[in-house]
Amino acid sequence: MLTLKDVYVFYGHVQALKGISLEVQEGELVALLGANGAGKSTTLMTISGILRPRSGSIIYKEHDLTKTSPEDIVQLGIIQCPEGRRVFGGLTVLENLWMGAVTRKDKAVIQEDLEWVFSLFPILRQRARQTAGTLSGGEQQMLAIGRALMARPQLLMLDEPSLGLAPLIVESIFNVIRELHSQGVTILLVEQNARKALQVADRAYVLETGQIKLSDNADKLRTNPEVQRLYLGGPSS
Amino acid sequence: MRIPLKTLINVGLLLLVIALLLTINFMASSYIQRVIISLGINIILVVSLNLSNGFTGVFSLGHVGFMAIGAYTAAILTLPLSLKAVNLPDLPTWLAGVEMSFLPATLIGGVLAALIALLIGLSLMRLSGNYVAVATMGFLVIVYAVLVNWDSMTRGARTFSGVPPYTTFWWVWGWAALTVYVVWRLARSSYGRKMMAIRDNEIAAQALGINVMRTRLLAFCVSAFFTAVAGALWAHFITAFSPKEFYFTQTFSIITMLVVGGMGSVSGSVLGTAAITVLSELLRNAERGINLGFIQIPPVYGASQILMAIIFILVIIYWPKGLLGGREIDFSRLFIRPQRQKKSEE
Amino acid sequence: MTGFTNLIQQLINAFSIGSLYALMAIGLAMVFGILRLINFAHGDLIMVGSYTALLVQVAGMPFWVAALAGITASALAGLIMERVAYRPIRGAPEVAMLLTSFAVTIFLENTAILIFSPISRAFPAPSILTAALKYGTLRISSLDLIAIGVAIILLVLLTLFVTRTKVGISMRAASEDLLAARLMGINVNKVIASAFLIGSMLAGVVGMLWSARVGKVDPLMGFYPVLKAFVATVIGGMGNLPGAVLGAYVLGFLEILLQGLLPATLTPFRDAFVFLALIILLLFRPNGILGPTAREKI
Repeated sequence: MLTLKDVYVFYGHVQALKGISLEVQEGELVALLGANGAGKSTTLMTISGILRPRSGSIIYKEHDLTKTSPEDIVQLGIIQCPEGRRVFGGLTVLENLWMGAVTRKDKAVIQEDLEWVFSLFPILRQRARQTAGTLSGGEQQMLAIGRALMARPQLLMLDEPSLGLAPLIVESIFNVIRELHSQGVTILLVEQNARKALQVADRAYVLETGQIKLSDNADKLRTNPEVQRLYLGGPSS
Repeated sequence: MRIPLKTLINVGLLLLVIALLLTINFMASSYIQRVIISLGINIILVVSLNLSNGFTGVFSLGHVGFMAIGAYTAAILTLPLSLKAVNLPDLPTWLAGVEMSFLPATLIGGVLAALIALLIGLSLMRLSGNYVAVATMGFLVIVYAVLVNWDSMTRGARTFSGVPPYTTFWWVWGWAALTVYVVWRLARSSYGRKMMAIRDNEIAAQALGINVMRTRLLAFCVSAFFTAVAGALWAHFITAFSPKEFYFTQTFSIITMLVVGGMGSVSGSVLGTAAITVLSELLRNAERGINLGFIQIPPVYGASQILMAIIFILVIIYWPKGLLGGREIDFSRLFIRPQRQKKSEE
Repeated sequence: MTGFTNLIQQLINAFSIGSLYALMAIGLAMVFGILRLINFAHGDLIMVGSYTALLVQVAGMPFWVAALAGITASALAGLIMERVAYRPIRGAPEVAMLLTSFAVTIFLENTAILIFSPISRAFPAPSILTAALKYGTLRISSLDLIAIGVAIILLVLLTLFVTRTKVGISMRAASEDLLAARLMGINVNKVIASAFLIGSMLAGVVGMLWSARVGKVDPLMGFYPVLKAFVATVIGGMGNLPGAVLGAYVLGFLEILLQGLLPATLTPFRDAFVFLALIILLLFRPNGILGPTAREKI
């Protein structure tokens, strides 16, 4: 479905991505792991069209994303839930969710999707008329994911959904991610929390200073001693 | 002590330029001499503004207010007693009997401006970006209102004339050299590093223990001092002026020169000023209409302003860091090829 | 009861001036919210609209046609301004954008001086706008009432726009977080253009009312209004639409108050006092009345 090949991305003179290649098949949940600064968010921003690669190709169902505007990329169904939530603080929960569906034309179906999002995150229904800025961190993350879902993503990209959240909340968010995966949504998950990510993913890539160092099935990576040492805090389950 | 080749070349070329300037000045027409004096005054204005805007990031849109303070203060002090009686009959008695020479009057103007800068600086330094700009604009409006209405001191909106023409090539370029030297040294000193740290990332600078307030305040006051000196020089050059000269049009001119030269670069400011001063002189002449023999271009008053505005917009779009890219000029690059650094493995 | 009638008259005066400032300030705040750009040239939109309306009337057309033409001219000028001067520098540091708007102002003002000469020209306005209504000793200018009425209607419409329409909510979203808005697929160019369009149209309306109020037009007429509108947005907290409106009315009242309270010798200093008040306000509330009080989190 999505294929990146030899993508090089620069911030001015600084090289952020040094020729990475990865792919995501339809229906898969692929994790992109790595430490801070490894280039994970850069990868997502490049796929979304906010950043442009200096060279390399990004093909999505035969569309060349490097030549597509960010608005059109959203139209193709590639939706990013960015790092740090980035909900619209001054808007209500409901307005935030409407914004997710802002480019869609099918009014009736939008209402159904709203119901679907509320069923996944019941707390949002309670807080529907509250300003998003007043929500807790976990609730904002749910809102951010819900907002992304309102766009009916073909490919959902999540950037560090667990960042800064309490373990219990992280658990519930990952349950939702698991649920979405089982409902057939294709997901590209960027995470620092490798343990949780590998629990839900089919396959995973490990990114290190702009390069793909490892790429394998999730269960193989879980037992990989390198991965255990660097990202899972030592040999264990 | 071994002096690096780079420094030798730069200093040598600088001396050459100075020699050139002197020669032109004493051989050229009085018109060119006047342009050279304008240039010197502009350099003082732009370089001192750079200290505040370019180096500390305190974006002052009201600096012309300090220029006015320097101009009026010095002019009132140097105005001959006879003219004082005629033009400023309502001057308070302790001033009416004063007639000073150029240097003390200029210095008093400068110090007064610095003190006022200290006062308003204390309140303004906590503000950020846009808000400082607004507040300093407010300062300019206030200064303008005071000038226009304090009839007894300033003749209000009427022309203040009869200022003795004390400004000469040496005064202007002496002060200009001092200004450039002071700002250059400040920029290169530890104070300078602090200033640039603040400009680039205020919060990080605070975390490093840099006293943001004090550093900014110092830069602001020094900057105000020299701007006021420039005002005094200008007043004694043009010998007649009114508050209108110290308002937003003048502000924009100075800022254009600053932007073209690049904020944060002292030599850039000098170059930018030179370029714009010369250009606006040429355009001002062209405004009166050009007679090329077979074509007559009619007078287009105000065209120079319009063109300046367009140039400004173009520079900001295509060379936002100024023509020198925010760095200092380095003539030695023309002669020594910079060492190529080994590229790290891809 | 002249003290009372005087009070009423001054109140209406304050509301009327505040309304004009409010319509201007909203335009400024809308653009600032999304782009972080302080558009000084916003004032010149008033000038463009007014001169257009003047020319149309001189050509023999009735006032309402001229007013429509003026408002359209302002709107067009605003859109062109955005496309030519501001779009290329999107993402530049705030001061660069501020200075560019200065440059645009100088460009427009001097071009107007070139075409129309710096001398002001009379602005013909229909009697409905210039009439004065009398109730006993009370004299109310119909223009004041119309200004207040127009402002209220437009403010209500605008509120509906930003809370009920897709474009309106997108605008609010874009001013909260431009990047997140882009990631939602919002066409930022369209949103920004809409903000400029609405702001410029409002400026056009202000132009018609202002010109009728002072009875004349000149190339520099936009300078003080935009300055005041700007002060209004700062008072209210920049980028904040309700704040801009609040700030505008506060400013209007402050001006009238100072006018009344200042001894005759100090009235010319009124504008200086307004700025002084602003600086003092910024000392205590660096982000304006309705702006965020929390200091930037590290």
